[in-house]
Amino acid sequence: MRFDTPATTNPIDQLKIVGKPTDRIDGPLKTTGTAPYAYEWHDVVPNQAYGYVVGSAIAKGRIASIDLTKARAAPGVLAIVTAENAGKLGKGDWNTAKLLGGPDIQHYHQAIALVVAETFEQARAAAQLVRVDYIRAQGAFDLASAKDSAIVPDGATPDTAVGDFASAFASAPVELDATYTTPDQGHAMMEPHASIAAWDGDKLTLWTSNQMIAWSTGDMAKTLGIPKENIRLISPFIGGGFGGKLFVRSDAVLAVLGARAARRPVKVALARPFMFNNTTHRPATIQRIRIGATRDGKITAIGHESWSGDLPGGGPENAVQQTRLLYAGANRMTATRLAVLDLPEGNAMRAPGEAPGLMALEIAMDEMAEKLDIDPVEFRILNDTQVDPENPDRRFSQRQLVECLRIGAERFGWKTRGVRTGRVREGRWLIGVGVAAGFRNNLLTTSAARVRLDHRGVVTVETDMTDIGTGSYTIIAQTAAEMMGVPLDKVVVRLGDSIFPVSAGSGGQWGANNSTSGVYAACVKLREAVTQKLGFNSAEALFEDGNVRLGSRSVSLAEAAGEAGLVAEDAIEYGNLAKQYQQSTFAAHFVEVGVDVATREIRVRRMLAVCAAGRILNPKSARSQVIGAMTMGVGAALMEELAVDKRHGFFVNHDLAGYEVPVHADIPHQEVVFLDETDPISSPMKAKGVGELGLCGVGAAIANAVYNASGVRVRDYPVTLDKLLSGLPEI
Amino acid sequence: MRSFTYERASSPAEAAAAASAEGAKFIAGGTNLLDLMKLEIETPTHLIDVNDLALDRIETTPEGGLRIGALVRNTDLAADERVRRDYGLLSRALLAGASGQLRNKATTAGNLLQRTRCPYFYDTNQPCNKRQPGSGCAAIGGFSRQHAVIGASEMCIATHPSDMAVAMRVLDATVETVRPDGTARSIPIAEFHRLPGDTPHVENALIPGELITAVTLPRPVGGTHIYHKVRDRASYAFALVSAGAIVQRDGTGHIALGGVAHKPWRVEAAEAELPRGAKAVAEQLLADAKPTQENAFKLPLVERTLAAVLAEART
Repeated sequence: MRFDTPATTNPIDQLKIVGKPTDRIDGPLKTTGTAPYAYEWHDVVPNQAYGYVVGSAIAKGRIASIDLTKARAAPGVLAIVTAENAGKLGKGDWNTAKLLGGPDIQHYHQAIALVVAETFEQARAAAQLVRVDYIRAQGAFDLASAKDSAIVPDGATPDTAVGDFASAFASAPVELDATYTTPDQGHAMMEPHASIAAWDGDKLTLWTSNQMIAWSTGDMAKTLGIPKENIRLISPFIGGGFGGKLFVRSDAVLAVLGARAARRPVKVALARPFMFNNTTHRPATIQRIRIGATRDGKITAIGHESWSGDLPGGGPENAVQQTRLLYAGANRMTATRLAVLDLPEGNAMRAPGEAPGLMALEIAMDEMAEKLDIDPVEFRILNDTQVDPENPDRRFSQRQLVECLRIGAERFGWKTRGVRTGRVREGRWLIGVGVAAGFRNNLLTTSAARVRLDHRGVVTVETDMTDIGTGSYTIIAQTAAEMMGVPLDKVVVRLGDSIFPVSAGSGGQWGANNSTSGVYAACVKLREAVTQKLGFNSAEALFEDGNVRLGSRSVSLAEAAGEAGLVAEDAIEYGNLAKQYQQSTFAAHFVEVGVDVATREIRVRRMLAVCAAGRILNPKSARSQVIGAMTMGVGAALMEELAVDKRHGFFVNHDLAGYEVPVHADIPHQEVVFLDETDPISSPMKAKGVGELGLCGVGAAIANAVYNASGVRVRDYPVTLDKLLSGLPEI
Repeated sequence: MRSFTYERASSPAEAAAAASAEGAKFIAGGTNLLDLMKLEIETPTHLIDVNDLALDRIETTPEGGLRIGALVRNTDLAADERVRRDYGLLSRALLAGASGQLRNKATTAGNLLQRTRCPYFYDTNQPCNKRQPGSGCAAIGGFSRQHAVIGASEMCIATHPSDMAVAMRVLDATVETVRPDGTARSIPIAEFHRLPGDTPHVENALIPGELITAVTLPRPVGGTHIYHKVRDRASYAFALVSAGAIVQRDGTGHIALGGVAHKPWRVEAAEAELPRGAKAVAEQLLADAKPTQENAFKLPLVERTLAAVLAEART
């Protein structure tokens, strides 16, 4: 189905099932521990052996020699894979460094060997017996030092310029020129990367934990140099991904190589300490923001530059993206620079670009509002735009940022805030509130599905879409139920298997809208197949209560399907609407924090997100997405930082004791409001996505609240108590 | 994890005798040791399980204090009515540490013996004088935000992570042990933990095989009991700085710090300054402090934490 004109009324608009708060259909499997995660497919193939990864002890250099003698002789060892004995391997499109390193070492904890043994304990013990001699090389590990050597990155991140930023900024009556930093962050999802690989001749089956089935099947084929038709990748349940599982990683490649070497199925999970240096992370940024405005608060110049680093061949953190679209202003510029760093490779983490970009931009807006003596909510409203500021002929398909801000301010009690910093106190706590805008683009991508109707009237959906804890199973079931006129319990959803039609996959908050639109397209075809078989005029037939009706005729879907059943497959494919209209999602985040008057400990007290993101397919799972994202925003604002050892080139705090994320006690009252919105430009579902929007802006709202509470403006994340201690009055 | 042999000891003396063999270690709750064994930071060849020893009771002593069995779980100790009434500092310190699940397993003696959480100690690719004597210290000049600001050495800047031990130090606890030859001794808590010096791998006064059987508290001293732990998140994090204090109505009292040194940090002379306020106490407590650039904030933080403690004591 080609989608190139705005959607009109369609069966989804009945909203009998779509749009209703609906429990997850996979919930009972999750809560009873019976949803098999990647490492837990104990019975799918017999005789599974265990692999344990050996990681590089240095960040950059060469392996002079590896001595496997002792490890080979250790109890239970079946095989040891190294780059030397693995045969020729290609590199996938989505990884920068090799997933099996050696002899060259590209980063710390780069996998250099896999020890396969009868038991996990034997593999782990033998892995410690692998002796490696290294020749260390000098590397670059510090973004601030490498900043001046940064260059314009290859690819799709050109500098932008509209009007004459330099003159407009220079002549602006009120201006801000400030630099902000965000640190490297880890995904730190609960389920580590894990895979089980089994060969049957030249056919490979891989049970893994992966957000993007088709990308990863392709990359595995490329890595191994085999046709992708020979690979079946299965990933129906994923214990968190956040972008860290968009790609094939070392667990998968090494399980496959281990299985080949041991001639047995092999399972590999990355131990927690490997999760931070072996996989990908969100790269640190240095961001300079300049804003010029008239005295009455109209932005006349806005500039955003960002520096980040990555391994040679890697890409930048695209932190300036939202600044091209969020606020009005005739003169504007953005620039992205990339330095070479020999740290583990950077890549997407939940809301790549916008998350760190808004952490900087939305502090800058708060600072600017203060300079102008304008309420920060009003300052943002004053500079709203309904068109793409770089190209005013392009309107936003929907843009309710102003409504988000106004409704949020009202519900949060923004009016009662203390305008001057450090003035509101409750016991030991200084109280402050902060606001920030949230913004994330709506990304459209082809997505296919297959739907079957059987003789029992059951509708089965098959698509390689994944559910990374987001609720994909449920919204896909809701979509199929609405389209076919059956209750939810008559829908079976099967996901995450490369034998199913290729979907959008999960990432960039594109999963919900695109994958359900693909299911919509397939269901339209299935409806046609049903009506055609019955000889109904398809435009007038009604699908409801498990029947298809035309006038006085009514046939049950079960009967219509007959013994053979009916099958339809289609994909949603997008035309030019994304070029004609700017499609984005918007939010306003409000946060109240307490800052301990003595110790400067910071604790969030309440949070509100008001979101405008198209049709909300399932308000219950959407709310879960947003409160989870808000929680991640608390981590980003207050504690998450991969600490770089700038001498040895690695993230030092590589476990969950050292890399702190919020615990329950850190998360207070959270409220989420979805504005009533449908976006017919986006898709037949008229939906967008919320999984990243809920994070975008939260960090800055917290930083702004900390400023309001304490009077200390911190521009270097995370905002930790030590940064509030200097220059304080005695207590 | 290396292979090891295992036995269950049936008496403290027998356990101590068995543990004097090279490579032997006790295991009780295992909340720390097991993790360290998985990473091969600890590589015992023989484990002596002491969980069957009847050391899990809290008894009143003839002097009016409490004798806490070595195996009393942190959860049970924190919840004990006598502890909550007379030694509130200890209960609060325990509850400020770890998580409910860990406190259910962790024992009183094991808590005193837990090893540092220095991330370089935990990464066997890095030099660490505590893990591998003579290999160097990667934390010096490295990521040291959590590390010691006082009492450290050129060899080691690790901290002791325990909250409970800070309370025990303020309470003037005594560690009771049995040695491999069967003789018992009492070690004042002040002499139990060591500073790193040239031998950071030697963390306490125990000789090889020596088994802690109990920790004894003297008679209650009354006063207001406060444990104030400062950290980046609200729960389940090690202290940046903590202060355990007993403050009397007349403003005198006892105080010790966690998160700043290789052992609970108490300077009795500093306590004389308590009536003069936090600044005076902090100056005495931290007189010889040598922080790194990354943890210099702990010095003002100690003073401010003490101020909060003294303010709380007055209310």
